[in-house]
Amino acid sequence: MATKTPEQITEDLMRPMWGLSGRYVLAVAFLAGVVVAALCAFMWQVYAGLGVSGLRTPVFWGFYITDFVFWIGLSHAGTLISAILRLANATWRRPVTRCAEVITVFALSIGATFPIIHLGRPWLAFWLFPYPSERGLWPNIRSPLLWDFFAINTYLISSVTFLLLPMIPDFALIRDRANGWKQKVYGALSLGWTGTPRQWHRLETAMHIMAIAVIPVAVSVHSIVSWDFAMAPVPMWHSTIFAPYFVAGAIFSGIAALILAMALLRKFLHLEDYLLPIHFENLGKLLLVMSLLWFYFVFAERLTAWYGNETGEMPVFWTTQHGTYAGLFWLMVFCNFLIPVPILAIKKFRTILGTALASFTVVIGMWLERFLIIVPSLSHKYLTYSWGTYRPTWVEITITAGTFCAMALLYMIFSKVVPLISIWELKAGLHAAPHTPRVVVEPSEAGAD
Amino acid sequence: MATPYAIYGLFPTPETAERGFNALDRAGVSPSRIIVMASEPFDEYAFSKMDHATPMPYIAALGGIVGGVGGFFLARLTQEAYPIITGGMPLLAAWPTGIVTYELTMLGAVITTIVTLLVTTKLPNWKSKLYDHEVSHGKILIGVIEPSSAMRAEIENRLRGAGAVKVKITGGQS
Repeated sequence: MATKTPEQITEDLMRPMWGLSGRYVLAVAFLAGVVVAALCAFMWQVYAGLGVSGLRTPVFWGFYITDFVFWIGLSHAGTLISAILRLANATWRRPVTRCAEVITVFALSIGATFPIIHLGRPWLAFWLFPYPSERGLWPNIRSPLLWDFFAINTYLISSVTFLLLPMIPDFALIRDRANGWKQKVYGALSLGWTGTPRQWHRLETAMHIMAIAVIPVAVSVHSIVSWDFAMAPVPMWHSTIFAPYFVAGAIFSGIAALILAMALLRKFLHLEDYLLPIHFENLGKLLLVMSLLWFYFVFAERLTAWYGNETGEMPVFWTTQHGTYAGLFWLMVFCNFLIPVPILAIKKFRTILGTALASFTVVIGMWLERFLIIVPSLSHKYLTYSWGTYRPTWVEITITAGTFCAMALLYMIFSKVVPLISIWELKAGLHAAPHTPRVVVEPSEAGAD
Repeated sequence: MATPYAIYGLFPTPETAERGFNALDRAGVSPSRIIVMASEPFDEYAFSKMDHATPMPYIAALGGIVGGVGGFFLARLTQEAYPIITGGMPLLAAWPTGIVTYELTMLGAVITTIVTLLVTTKLPNWKSKLYDHEVSHGKILIGVIEPSSAMRAEIENRLRGAGAVKVKITGGQS
């Protein structure tokens, strides 16, 4: 990248936007097919009722809430990581930030649909909104589900604007290179951006303020998602560790998703000159730290439960250690700790392939973690006569698969609309020391004075 | 709205643009009439230092306060509007009220920041205005808006002398 001129950078990063390959169309068709299948499954559930899912007494939270927590967690890939790196002025962040911020917006949008999918009567989802219904009912502010409404919407609005604002100068670049209807569309999207010092400075100030605001919002979102569980007197849920445990897990899965997305983009959009091994190595180090932190939280949680030896909690504890859910539990430990730590700790393995492999296992492991938080506890509540089991049906499996495909599909469509690497930020990063004042030596101003 | 009358030079590098900017400054052109455009920020150069003062952080903080007050009253009035005891908690429960207040504080700050950005940069603005597509191809535009007729030749000379690859005149007085 060091040898490229700013003009070459612009051309390279805009290239994926022009034209459609047969491979791209085929992939979009496949992903769209799975998404349509998931929509059909959901429509069937709306028509026939929640009975078509595997949700039965006592396990009323299954795949849907697992998916909800998983996707909200994954959304921490973008805005949070991008904001931290922006505030830390980490120069290597420049090719990474937009890839990350896009994950946030899409994952959050997908995650936010799950409480609605999970509703028996999804057409009444607007009852969650804080307004008085015709029956004079107001939402219960003391319910964590309403806190979700405020937190997720605040994070979604912040993340969407955090993604959109730095896109404005890039829209202007595309506007000036496009013809016909594209020029009109990008002209409208660029809002009439011209690149005056006032515009640049205000944009950078706004991004700085947004970065400061978005970090505590991101932390609060996953804390509040954890409180959906921790506020309930259910074995192994009612714990003060849940908020930080969830936040750490969210950042962990978010970084993994980011590495995975970057590896795929690098391969399929031919961004080898921009997404460099150093980016994967740095993110790999972060992933290693988060893997160790995740293990620490799991150990602390398990140790405290085991040592406390409370009658209500021990059945849940043991079912995950050597009972019905032990296989999934140890697979989770394998995916989140035993595989990624050696790969990421040994420099030789911290390659693009190595970090992508570790990230792939982490994404699987973190989905399992969400499942293991929810289902074993609900199936082993305090009174043994109420114990039960949970088995997902084809409806839940199809909807879950559909959301993964929806994420990939949205990402692929986005790559045709906007450069996935911020062009102006990358070019600005080429200046040797952006915050060091330059003194330009004046030649004799022939013809001027 | 017609394109305003202006003379500008297109500079290939930030160094030459800096010379052009300094040359206009030395010629006594009022800073409010000098216009600069670039496809990337050049924070380290003097020509990018115009219009740096902004109350945006303070306005964002104010927006946060307004959002927080709004959130507090929304939570409080909601709890009073439908008084029902749940989970043994008081009708006006401080902790949940704090959560809603916090979220709307942050939302207020974020929305105010965006509005301030749009207002102070006068965006969106799709009307015809001074702009050159060469800016998107890496050139830096330095020019003067509505220069006096007496200054026109001197400005052109100074821009060329500083290294402008092109000098253009827009608007009705060419």
